[in-house]
Amino acid sequence: MSQFYTQTDHFVLLPGLLLTLFGCATLLFDFWLVPEARYKKLLVGWLIAAEAFTGASLYRHTTYLADNGLTELVAFRGSLVMDGFSIFFNWVFLATAVIVALISYRYLEIEGEHHGEYYGLILLAQSGMFFLAAGTDLVTIFVGLELMAISFYVMVGFLRADRRSNEAAMKYLLLGAFSSGFLVYGFSVMYGMSGSTRLSDIAASFAARDPWDPIAFLALATTVVGLLFKISAVPFHMWAPDAYEGAPTTVTAFLSVGSKAASFAFLMRIFLGPLAASREVWEPILIGVAILSMTVGNLAAISQTNVKRLLAYSSISHAGYILLGLIAGNDTGLKGVAIYVLVYTFMNLGAFLVIVALRRENIIGEDVEDLAGLMHRGPGYAILMLIFMLSLAGIPPTAGFIGKYYIFLSLMQTGHYLVAVAAALYVAVAIYYYFRIVRSMFVSDVSEPTPLAASLGMRVAVAVSAGLTLAIGLYPEPFLQMAQTSLIR
Amino acid sequence: MLDAIFFYTFAALTLGGGVLCITRRNAVHSAMWLVVSLLGVGGLYLLQRAEFLFAVQAVVYIGGIVVLFLFVIMLVNLDEAARQRQFNRQWLIGLGAVALVGAEVFYFLKAGADTLKLPPPAGSVSTDGNTERLADVLFSEYLLPFEVASLLLLVAIVGSVVMAKRRI
Repeated sequence: MSQFYTQTDHFVLLPGLLLTLFGCATLLFDFWLVPEARYKKLLVGWLIAAEAFTGASLYRHTTYLADNGLTELVAFRGSLVMDGFSIFFNWVFLATAVIVALISYRYLEIEGEHHGEYYGLILLAQSGMFFLAAGTDLVTIFVGLELMAISFYVMVGFLRADRRSNEAAMKYLLLGAFSSGFLVYGFSVMYGMSGSTRLSDIAASFAARDPWDPIAFLALATTVVGLLFKISAVPFHMWAPDAYEGAPTTVTAFLSVGSKAASFAFLMRIFLGPLAASREVWEPILIGVAILSMTVGNLAAISQTNVKRLLAYSSISHAGYILLGLIAGNDTGLKGVAIYVLVYTFMNLGAFLVIVALRRENIIGEDVEDLAGLMHRGPGYAILMLIFMLSLAGIPPTAGFIGKYYIFLSLMQTGHYLVAVAAALYVAVAIYYYFRIVRSMFVSDVSEPTPLAASLGMRVAVAVSAGLTLAIGLYPEPFLQMAQTSLIR
Repeated sequence: MLDAIFFYTFAALTLGGGVLCITRRNAVHSAMWLVVSLLGVGGLYLLQRAEFLFAVQAVVYIGGIVVLFLFVIMLVNLDEAARQRQFNRQWLIGLGAVALVGAEVFYFLKAGADTLKLPPPAGSVSTDGNTERLADVLFSEYLLPFEVASLLLLVAIVGSVVMAKRRI
């Protein structure tokens, strides 16, 4: 260990380092140890081993902070930080990656594109997410963002023989690059203002200026545009439905949950760090964006016939709800954001799991009609899908209710009554289209009698997602405490 | 004075080359205009007395990347693409939007010119040793992003192989 790479640096970097090394090792092992297609599913076990080590190091982070009474530990001269916020979000990424890997092998075998690179890309994308959540330096955050994004571009286009997958990857790549351009422009103005890339220095230079200062506003506006692109909030949402529909369903699940959670971690770091002093400028902008996201997301979802597209629009509206927690901005609101991200992870993954199970040989199974009569041919899946839909709509006793409850509570506490009323009205709209799926499953006649694809990994994944969706709803206390530790001090 | 003349010359090269790069019909011409644009950026580095960055710009971008672009253009048959319509019909709306955003940015820069005070450079600015200082910063302050960037390139390579090869 030298002065450039100290013990502390190593300790803080460990989860990201493990993910990177295991990811690179996956690429090596793939053609060296498991060249045969039927053994490729062993790589799922390998990925879970990687996540176990990562989880252990995250656990050590938590205990280290608690034992030493610290709130954060800074490493790499302020480039990387280990605090409750980064640990919380990294647990979310870890859970997402494990569930996605569990459901992927069967799906990829059916699609005929089961390659080891897929698992390597999951791990490397997750290490990008680590740098997004733990980075406190513009360059580190940006490199992490691009690491995650490039992995996702490849995964979205993973079905190379499928034109839709290629088209989705192309659209996602072009719009992703376009939005990164905005972000870099905003970052460069921030650097020009403060002469430093550390978030704390930039925060100080924002605080020293008038919030309506033109240069500060230019930095804020371009950065916010880039950030809103990444979380697919209206009016920067156009890429989401196309990318979600064309991507392999397992990747759509990863994209809609992992990438969104990471982008929210990034957004919170920027808004609560450098931009915290200009709250009076961005609060009205975010209120407008949140209301628009809920409006467009919910209304456009009504007329969709493709379930993946429907869930894409629903995820746009969920991004609007999560933004509301940031708009309220008190402790309840920020805790609400954390708990909403956690809840959204499991319920949205769960909904996609059922869509993945509908994909069988020669049956695409993505339309609402493909779900018709699911109750009669796969009652287990139908009941679980009902739980996920109830949760997405925000009905007690599921987890979705807890998420929405804290968001609404924080809006009330901070006096945003009109916003709260608008958000509550859109819940009613959301119930309509979620229950269209439910009606199709329980009321319609069976249109396609082929049994559902079920693998061991799928069963485990769906049980875990449903179990947690119910558990967070019925006994939220431990999860709320977890969210409490995630607040940025 | 001389600095200003050089600055505007290089800036014009950068922007003009960029515009011509995206509007030319022939892909080879686009690549050549990209060289002009990159050369303009290199000139701007030189003006800031960052000789190392200028050299890297010339060797890596102009010498390496654009030449690779040209190889790819030669390997891929683009005659068919050149005959097709390359711009969609919404260019007028696009132009309007760009003009609007451009006017906004111009206004902000104009109105904020007084407040844009760059912090004074730390210590004395030495004109020599630029390369050494860059290396110092890169391997101390920015060690982590520098290393992660190599990971980024690895993912890009793996990704392009996955996307392009028929059989993996």
